Amino acid sequence: MGKISKYVTYRGHEGQWSWLLHRITGIGVFLFLIAHILDTAMIGWGPRIYNETMAIYRHPLFRIGEVILAGAVLYHALNGVRIIIIDFWPESNLAQKKLFYAVVVLFAVIFVPAAIYMMAWMVR
Amino acid sequence: MNGAGRPRPQSGIDLYAWIFMRVSGVVLLIMVLVHLAIMHIINNIEVINYHFVAQRYATPFWRTYDLVMLWLAFIHGVNGVRVMIDDYVGSRGWRMLSLASLYVLGFIFLALGSLVILTFNPARPF
Repeated sequence: MGKISKYVTYRGHEGQWSWLLHRITGIGVFLFLIAHILDTAMIGWGPRIYNETMAIYRHPLFRIGEVILAGAVLYHALNGVRIIIIDFWPESNLAQKKLFYAVVVLFAVIFVPAAIYMMAWMVR
Repeated sequence: MNGAGRPRPQSGIDLYAWIFMRVSGVVLLIMVLVHLAIMHIINNIEVINYHFVAQRYATPFWRTYDLVMLWLAFIHGVNGVRVMIDDYVGSRGWRMLSLASLYVLGFIFLALGSLVILTFNPARPF
């Protein structure tokens, strides 16, 4: 086991992956929130500066990043609900694997169509 | 048997933080998904500009909405980082330093974000 395992190991199996992904998506969304505060702050300098700032987000790399961000938010939200369910109804812990797969399926059902729609600009 | 998240702390600030993460999480689930649907699906970056924001902030509704969402999301994020610092930063000195930086930077960014939402004046001429 490498040193990195100290940071990413929790209880193994589905529980560990959902936990690690929860942390990674949480950090990612929080970092974007800080960037988002800064870009929005540009509005105080008027239309020209703000519109130039928004133009950065129209770059293809940022538009792909936007889809990844939406996916990170969605996963964090759905997995958060799973955490709350198990925290407040301890008996649901028996079904914790099923709950994790429910998160995965719900994520796919919502994210795939949303992502395709959000990337429609590529073929226009 | 513990739950899926951190075990519920017994009392004090840690218990309130634990409860806050769950309550704000549920509120944010709704607020952020509505925000994403409106700003990234129904509208998108091709139409979002100064004029768009000026129209949106002409009435207090979205301003209030954004301010509540900013505070909940930001404190939720700061507390998440605090928990990770507690988990990962072993030495007492580094932990104090990283926590102090987190709170100072957190205060500055939350103040800046709030100021932007509260003081934006669409009628101001440029």
